[in-house]
Amino acid sequence: MRSPALPHRFFVNGRDVEAIAPPAMRLSEVLRDVLGLKGTKVGCDAGDCGACTVLVDGAQVCACLVPVAQVVGRAVETVEGLARDGRLHALQAAFLRHGAAQCGICTPGMLMAAADLLRRVPSPSEAEVLDALGGVLCRCTGYRKIVAAVLEAARGGAEAEPLVGGGVGARLARVDGVAKVTGEDRFGADWLPERAWLTLRAVRSPYPHARFRFGDLDAFRRRHPGLVAILTAADVPGANRFGIYPTGKDQPVFAEGYVRMLGEPVCALVGDAETIAAIRDEEVPIAWEPLPPVSFDDALAGSTPDLHPHAPANVLCRGRIACGDVDAALATAPHRAAVAIETGFVEHAYIEPEAGYAERIGDGIEIVACTQTPYMDRDEIALILGIPPERVRIVPTAVGGGFGGKLDLSLQPMIAIAAWRTGRPVRCVYTRPESMRTTTKRHPARIVAEAGCDEEGRLLAVRFHGDFNTGAYASWGPTVASRVPVHAMGPYRIPNVRATTAAIHTTDTPAGAFRGFGVPQAAIAHEALMDALADRLGMDRLEFRLRNALRRGDATATGQVLDHSVGLVACLEALRPRWQALRAEADAFNRSSSGPFRRGVGIACMWYGIGNTAMSNPSEMTIGLAADGTITLYSGAVDIGQGSNTVMVQISAEALGVAPHAIRLVAGDTARTRDAGKTSASRQTFVSGNAARLAALDLRRQILALANAGPDARIVPVPGGVEIHDGDRTLRPDLSRLERDANGDVLVGFGRFDPPTTALDADGRGVPYATYAFGAQIALVEVDRELGTTRVLRMVAAHDVGRAINPTLVEGQIHGGIAQGIGLALMEEYLPGRNDNLHDYLIPTIGDVPPIEVILIEDAEPLGPFGAKGVGEPALIATAPAILGAIDHATGVRVTRVPATPDRLRAAILATR
Amino acid sequence: MSGYLRPATLGEAVAALCTGGATVLAGGTDLYPARVGRAIDDTLLDISALAELRGIGVTDGGWRFGALATWRDVLAADLPPLFDGLKAAAREVGGTQIQNRGTIGGNLCNASPAADGVPNWLTLDATVELASPTGSRRLPVAAFVLGNRRTARREDELLVAVHVPRPDRPARGTFRKLGARRYLVISIVMVAAVAEFAADGTVASARIAVGAASEVAQRLPSLEARLIGRRPDPSLVREEDLAPLAPIDDVRATAAYRRDAALALVRRAIADLA
Repeated sequence: MRSPALPHRFFVNGRDVEAIAPPAMRLSEVLRDVLGLKGTKVGCDAGDCGACTVLVDGAQVCACLVPVAQVVGRAVETVEGLARDGRLHALQAAFLRHGAAQCGICTPGMLMAAADLLRRVPSPSEAEVLDALGGVLCRCTGYRKIVAAVLEAARGGAEAEPLVGGGVGARLARVDGVAKVTGEDRFGADWLPERAWLTLRAVRSPYPHARFRFGDLDAFRRRHPGLVAILTAADVPGANRFGIYPTGKDQPVFAEGYVRMLGEPVCALVGDAETIAAIRDEEVPIAWEPLPPVSFDDALAGSTPDLHPHAPANVLCRGRIACGDVDAALATAPHRAAVAIETGFVEHAYIEPEAGYAERIGDGIEIVACTQTPYMDRDEIALILGIPPERVRIVPTAVGGGFGGKLDLSLQPMIAIAAWRTGRPVRCVYTRPESMRTTTKRHPARIVAEAGCDEEGRLLAVRFHGDFNTGAYASWGPTVASRVPVHAMGPYRIPNVRATTAAIHTTDTPAGAFRGFGVPQAAIAHEALMDALADRLGMDRLEFRLRNALRRGDATATGQVLDHSVGLVACLEALRPRWQALRAEADAFNRSSSGPFRRGVGIACMWYGIGNTAMSNPSEMTIGLAADGTITLYSGAVDIGQGSNTVMVQISAEALGVAPHAIRLVAGDTARTRDAGKTSASRQTFVSGNAARLAALDLRRQILALANAGPDARIVPVPGGVEIHDGDRTLRPDLSRLERDANGDVLVGFGRFDPPTTALDADGRGVPYATYAFGAQIALVEVDRELGTTRVLRMVAAHDVGRAINPTLVEGQIHGGIAQGIGLALMEEYLPGRNDNLHDYLIPTIGDVPPIEVILIEDAEPLGPFGAKGVGEPALIATAPAILGAIDHATGVRVTRVPATPDRLRAAILATR
Repeated sequence: MSGYLRPATLGEAVAALCTGGATVLAGGTDLYPARVGRAIDDTLLDISALAELRGIGVTDGGWRFGALATWRDVLAADLPPLFDGLKAAAREVGGTQIQNRGTIGGNLCNASPAADGVPNWLTLDATVELASPTGSRRLPVAAFVLGNRRTARREDELLVAVHVPRPDRPARGTFRKLGARRYLVISIVMVAAVAEFAADGTVASARIAVGAASEVAQRLPSLEARLIGRRPDPSLVREEDLAPLAPIDDVRATAAYRRDAALALVRRAIADLA
C-alpha cells in the first residue's frame, strides 16, 4: 500500500508551497502533477537522463530520485523560475540564439544544470561545463551548441538578441523556441489530469514468442474497484490490425492468443492511476505457453516456423537493383575488396517516452499525443475504431524527439479504444523500459559486399547483399528493403551494380524507421570497400573517393541521370585541406607517442534520396490572411525538434515577401491543417517547404490582385490589415468586405508539392527520388590499444544541402546526426529484454561528442524551395564509417561489427598480433 | 507502522528497523531506479534527517565518513592524498546530480559489483560501523560486502559510518575507471590503489583492489606483497596477480576483456603511484 498523502511545505522558485502527497512521491511527480509545474520533464524515472534536473538548496539533483518528504523546508528551483519579469535568463537567451534547444525535452534539465554551474563557477572552462552538464542526456543537438550557449551566457549573457527577422538563409531563432527554453512547451505527458482522467497501462507478454489464454478477467476486475475496464482484442471496434503500409497491416493492437515479441500488449488496464500502478502484470490471470523464439540466425538459416502466413520462410520482402554485368566485371577487375558487416538494434532513445490522451467527442475521437505523422495516425485509428477518418482528430503535442521512432503507432490505438469504450478521456504515459522494449528500432543488418576497380582507381562493379532483421512486425521493413539497394554502392559512378536486400521476420522487437532507413548500415559496408580499394592501390582515401564521386550528368545505378545539385565533389574538395592537416597531425602524434594511444583519421561519403522511395508523397499547405491583417500558416508538418516550424515560416515569409514574425503558425492539428505527410525521409524542407512556398505565392498573388498591384509590389502587414507598396503607390485593400472562412481568413493560399519520381522496374530502373543530398565527413579519433577504447577528438562535416534555409538549424541537424553516428559506431546496441534502460543502453553524453566543424555546400536544387534539399538523415550516415576508417588508420584493424565496443575492438587488436 | 518513517534520531531509526521489513532510504539513487513504473509500496525508513550520520571528519585514529556523506561531500572535504582515489571515484559516480544525492553508505549497502566506492574502501583498509538496538559493531569492508547485492548488515542494523585508519607513513591513492562513454557510465572494470611510502620512496605497504571483475571487488595480495620495498613500477604486475578475479560476460563487456583490461588498468594505477 502506498502511504497516505500528507502536506509538505517547501519553496518553489521562491514561493512558499504546500503539496499534499505521499511522502515517498518523487519530487518530479509532485512538481508536475500536484503543483502543475510541467516544465520539469521526465525521461526515465531512474536518474539516467537528467531531464528532470532541478536545484534543491542550489544543488542540481534528479527530481525523480528525491522523495518529496526530503525537500520540506528547502528551496526548490525549476525552469519556471529562470525567467524574471518576462525577461529570459541569460542562459535561456543564449540557448535560443545558439539553437541549443531542438526538441526541447532535455532543455529544462540542461538549463538547471547550467544554472547550478554558473552560480558556483561564474566563468567556467569548457571542461567545467562538460562536467556540470554531464548528467543530462540530449538526443537531438549533439551538445556542442549547448556548450557554446553556456559559455556565452557565462561571458556576460546575450552578445546579441536572438534573431527574429530575416527570411531564407537567416539564422532565425526557432519560432517555437521561447516555449522550449521556458519549459512552457507541452509534450505528450504534459497535459494535466484536470478532469476525471482514466489511466491506461498495457499488460504485456513476458515472452518473445508464446501462446496464451486469459483466465477470468471479469472476476479480476471486480476484485480491483478502481479498475474500470480490461480491454482485450474483443474490445477493438474495427480492425485489430495496424501497420504503416496499406497492404501490410500485420500488427494487432491486442494479441489474439499468440504473441510474437517480448512486450506485446495482450490487454490493457484502465482505471485510476493509483490502482493501475499497484497491479503487476503477473497478477493478471493469463496462462502462458512459451514457444521457442525465432532468432535472426535461425530465420536466415530457414529452420524456423513462419511467424506470418504472408511471409513464407519469414521473408517479409526483398529489394533489388541491377545494372550492367556485375559478375563478369568483378571477375576481371584488377583490384577487388570484400567485406562482411554486422550491425545490431539501435534504439531511438528520444528523451520523451511516448505519451498522450484520447477523448471521445460525440461520434468522433480526438487524440492528443506525440507523433511524427498525424495523418497516417488518423487513417489507422479510423480503421481500428471502424469509423471514417474524418471523425478522427489528431492533435500532435510538442514531440520530445522522434528520429523515426514516433512514426509508428504506439499507445494511440489503446487509448483510442479505451476512450471509445468508456466514453471518458484516457491517458497513457510509457515508462522508459516500456518505450524501449516495445517500440521500433534500427534494423540489425548482415551485409556482404564486394567491389572492384581498375588500375587508375575507377570503380567497375559493386555487389551487395543485406539481410535486415525486421523483427516481429513489418513496420518500415519494406522501406528499408527498397531504399537500401538504391544507396548500397555509395555516391559513386559505377557501371555494374547488383544490390539485393531481404527483410526477415524474427521474434525480436520490430525494427522500423530510424534516421536513414538502413542506409547508415549500408554505408558502413560501402565505405569499408572504398578504404580497402584505395589502400590496395596505394591511393589516398579521399582522392579515391573524389575520383569516383557522382558528378552532375552522371547516371545512378537505377539509370537516373543527375542533372542538378550534385555537391559531393565540392564537399570533398572543401574537406581536402582539413583531411591533409589532420592526417599529418595524427601521423605526427603516432610517431611521437610511445604509449598505448594511437590516432587515426577517417573519411566517409554519403548520399540520400529525399522523400519516399519511388512513391508519391505529397504535402499540402495553406496560408490565410484574416481581415485584421493577421497572416496564418497552417502547417501539417510536425516539428520533432529539427525545426520545420521555423523553416516553414521562413520559406513562406520569403515567398510572401514579409518578415517571419508577421506569420502566425498553426501546426499539426488534422482538424486545422492539410496533410503534409510524415516527418520522415528528410522530406519536410524539400516537400512541405515547397508546398509552403507555393501556398505563400498563391496568397501573394491573391493579395496583389485584390489591390490591383503589380507583381513586384511589397506586402506590408499593418495593424488592421495590409498595405501594398507598389512603386510610389501605397494601397490598402479593404479586407473587411470579404467573406471569412471558419478560421476567420478572407484570403487563403494553397500549395501542393509531390516530388516527381517514377516506380522502379524489376531491375530497379527508374527515378526513385527527385533529388539527393550529398555529404562527406572526417573523423579524428584516438584509440587506446590496451583497452580498446575510442575517443572521437574532432569531426569535420561537409554537406550539400542545396540551400540552408536556416544555417543554425542545419548545423543543429548535422551535430545531432553526428552524435547519433558516434553512438552507432561506438556504443549503441539494443539487446531485447536485456538493456531497456538508459544506463545499460548507452547513448553519447556531452563528453563523447567532440568539436564539430561544419562546412555547408549549397549546390542549389532547382526543384527545392529556394534551392533547398534535406539534411536530417544525411547528417548521420557518414559518421560511423568515418570513425571506423579512423580506427583502421590508427590501429590497422577494420571493425566489421558495430558498435565497436571496447571489448570488441580490443579483441580485434589482439587478433592481429 | 506507517509506510514512511523519517526519524530524527539514530535511536528511533534503529528501533524502527527492529520491527523488520523496512527498506532504508537515503539519497534514493538506487531505490527509485528499482521502482520504475510501479507503485512505491515498500515501508520506507528515510534516514536523511539523522544528523549523526552526516559529515566527514578527523578522529583519533583516522577519519570518519558519515554514512550519509554524499559523493559531493567527499569531493569537497579537505583530505590528504591518501584519498585521491576515493575523490577520483566521487567525480565519476553518475553525473553531478547523482554525486549530489548518492551517499557512500548507500553505495556500500547496495553492494553492486560495479560500485565505485567498494574497491576504494578496500584499499583504504576501511571498516564500517553498524548500529542496532543492542549496540554497535565494526566490520572490515571486505567482511561487510559479501556478494552481488548481499551484505553482512542484519535487518535490524543501520550503517552509520565508514572509518579509515591513519597510515603510519605518507600515503597516496589512485583510481582508474573504465566505461564505454565519458559520463554517467557504469564501470566495466575499475582499479583502486593505495601505497604507503618509506622515507626512501619505496613502497612500505600497498593495497590494490579491482572492482566489477568479480561479484565483490577483490584485492590482489600477490602484487601487494611484491611491491613492498620497491618503487611503484607497472612492470612488476603479472597476469597471475589477477587470480582472485572472476569476471563475467554481461551487456557491458566479455569476461575475457574484463580480465585483460583489469591488467592494463592495474599497471596504470601502479604507474599513477610512482
